[in-house]
Amino acid sequence: MNFELTEERQMLQDTLRRFLRDRYDTATRNAILESDSGMSPDIWSELAELGVIGALFSEEHGGFGGKGFDIAVVFEELGRAGVVEPFLDTAVLAGGLIADLGNDEQTAHVETIIGGGLQLAFAHGEPSSRYDLDRVSTSATEKGDDIVLSGRKAVVVNAEAADMLVVSARESGEVGDADGISLFLVPKDAKGLTMQGYALLAGGRAAEVTLDDVTVPASARLGAAGKASAAIEARIAAANVAQTAETLGAMETACSLTKDYLGQRKQFGRPIGTFQALAHRMADLLIEMEQARSSVILAAGNLESERTVREMNISGTKNLIGRAGRLVAEESIQMHGGIAMTQEYELAHIAKRIVMADHRFGDVDHHLERFIDLAAA
Amino acid sequence: MDLSYSEEEKAFRAEVRAFLEEKLPKELSEKIRTGADLGKDDIERWHAILNEQGWLAPNWPKKFGGAEWNAVQKHIFEEEAAMAHAPRIVPFGLGMLAPVLQKFGSQEQNDYWLPRILSGEDWWCQGYSEPGAGSDLASLKCEAVRDGDHYIVNGQKTWTTLGQHANMIFCLVRTDKTVKQQEGISFLLIDMETPGVEVRPIILLDGTHEVNEVWFTDVKVPVENLVGEENKGWTYAKYLLTHERTNIAGVGFSQAGLRAVKRIAKAEMAGGKPLMQNPHFAARVAQVEIDLMAMSTTNLRIVSKAASGTAPGVESSMLKVKGTIIRQEINDLARRAAGVYAMPFASEALEGSNEALPDPLAAGPVAAQYFNNRKLSIFGGSNEIQRGIIAKMTMGG
Repeated sequence: MNFELTEERQMLQDTLRRFLRDRYDTATRNAILESDSGMSPDIWSELAELGVIGALFSEEHGGFGGKGFDIAVVFEELGRAGVVEPFLDTAVLAGGLIADLGNDEQTAHVETIIGGGLQLAFAHGEPSSRYDLDRVSTSATEKGDDIVLSGRKAVVVNAEAADMLVVSARESGEVGDADGISLFLVPKDAKGLTMQGYALLAGGRAAEVTLDDVTVPASARLGAAGKASAAIEARIAAANVAQTAETLGAMETACSLTKDYLGQRKQFGRPIGTFQALAHRMADLLIEMEQARSSVILAAGNLESERTVREMNISGTKNLIGRAGRLVAEESIQMHGGIAMTQEYELAHIAKRIVMADHRFGDVDHHLERFIDLAAA
Repeated sequence: MDLSYSEEEKAFRAEVRAFLEEKLPKELSEKIRTGADLGKDDIERWHAILNEQGWLAPNWPKKFGGAEWNAVQKHIFEEEAAMAHAPRIVPFGLGMLAPVLQKFGSQEQNDYWLPRILSGEDWWCQGYSEPGAGSDLASLKCEAVRDGDHYIVNGQKTWTTLGQHANMIFCLVRTDKTVKQQEGISFLLIDMETPGVEVRPIILLDGTHEVNEVWFTDVKVPVENLVGEENKGWTYAKYLLTHERTNIAGVGFSQAGLRAVKRIAKAEMAGGKPLMQNPHFAARVAQVEIDLMAMSTTNLRIVSKAASGTAPGVESSMLKVKGTIIRQEINDLARRAAGVYAMPFASEALEGSNEALPDPLAAGPVAAQYFNNRKLSIFGGSNEIQRGIIAKMTMGG
């Protein structure tokens, strides 16, 4: 057993923490939030230069990481600073799927991704799929050498900025079947692809994507026809490592802001943290933080494990972080009082990041049920 | 023990329901239902409709132009209004200042200000909290110094709800720094058009502008705007706080919120079936519903006691705590129910054009409401302050 980070990961963490502390303060980030694109191209390329994206890919694909702990280290720091740039979407999800499944021609994109030169989105969820990964009804029909895609994708994060979308579609089987789902690399300007974009409450942007007879060559398929389900599940597992680590980082910030505030804010002639009613609740949050940290370690450390072990740990962590995150966000706001309700105070954004994370890749209830099923299997 | 309403109470409920059916404009109820922001015009419109009916000031005595309803009637109205998605009555002039004027103000003050509150000529806001005086309100510093026929006011108020619409503000100001904190506070009415008054918006975490900072720099206020006696303001403020406590449980809001949760969860699909059929989610909803049924009965028990003339004491603090916990849990369920569609920042909906939303469920800004309503357990005396009151009143010390 060794719970220390490797030297490389420690260095990455230190560099990233320093960079974000210097370059990504509340005012800078809030200006990004209010911008039309909802992200900063400068921050994106500077972080890419620091190796943030490279750390998310294996050496085989030109990166220097790609393991659960690499992902966790990067995203914990992004979460600590409340970063809204779409590293999860471009690199972990869509980029990861290209690396996992692509042929040589397709995986050639990874180098550009690592360099920060490509934006991607994973268009998978649909209006009635909620958190079910196999509930794909968008259709993919062969037409000569081409494939015709039709359907609607819901809340596709980073769709507007993306140069290409990784789109899931069904080639065979019934909605809900694992078998029959394929992935396609679709250029953003493909004919028949339209999107309606909007800002997200916790930062960044997403879009409803409509595919109306979008025609792509068969060579746009990633991996084998109809066999993408397992790869999607594994990628969502990586995304959950990223997202739970990010939430852990955000929770650290929430707790540290709250601890400071309890020490500084005086009412009735004394720091409010000296009131036992608040001190004990702060203590509870710190206990939950240790639980949360261990849980993220479990998820990250098991990302390379066999499927059932991996998924049990992922669902367990997603459930625990969802619960602990809500507690930390709500209690941090409550113990601060009114100030935490204001947009210009750092905690407001951090709390939104924490709570809204539960709305992606399955919420606490979804993962509780999934944990039960996996444990029974 | 009889759990049913009397015949008169039932008739009153029917009358309220018929009135809402007939007079509540659909544009307004639709805005409330979808969580859109109400503009000043919307609120003034609804106030005018209620005023015409004589229902704008339910708790005022008839001699001042009020409805003089008893506590049960007020409860029935609040319940029906929330279920019909009626806008809430903005309470600052009607529910908060007016009772203080009626109890402690001069004849001249009542004759002048009360009709203007009813007609909507004046929009009042509340100047209580300050950056350094939140839960510890008595430590407030904004000061008023007597100078001939005027007070000169300097200082800052914050969390001033809807201050951007207001032309008048009632303030707690410090008029004596040499005595015990509570004994040096006065209750002053300030015209916000006076030079030296500045209102600055505070944007909340859901992007809304409902509260403000109000700054006072050498603001001249005529002495006749002092309510009651100088340095007795704390007594009046405490009296006002008991009035702020009416409808504190928010039963109607919770009932309407729970209905919305069920509506969303019936439309949202999970695993090929409506989410409402998911045992885990259904259990969460049932749990809150059971709590709400009991809390609503607690509320009625206290309301009937108040109707018979006993002033609510510790119970109003209990209702505030339980009521806000339940409302916030319902907001949490609504956000949960909407799934991935809770993620969009539904600013379009906040501006009232719900069509622009991509959400097939039209869940509306449920996540924004969840965040916005974190305020419920903070304002009007935080839940920690309420627990302190409960502990002190029941265990002494």
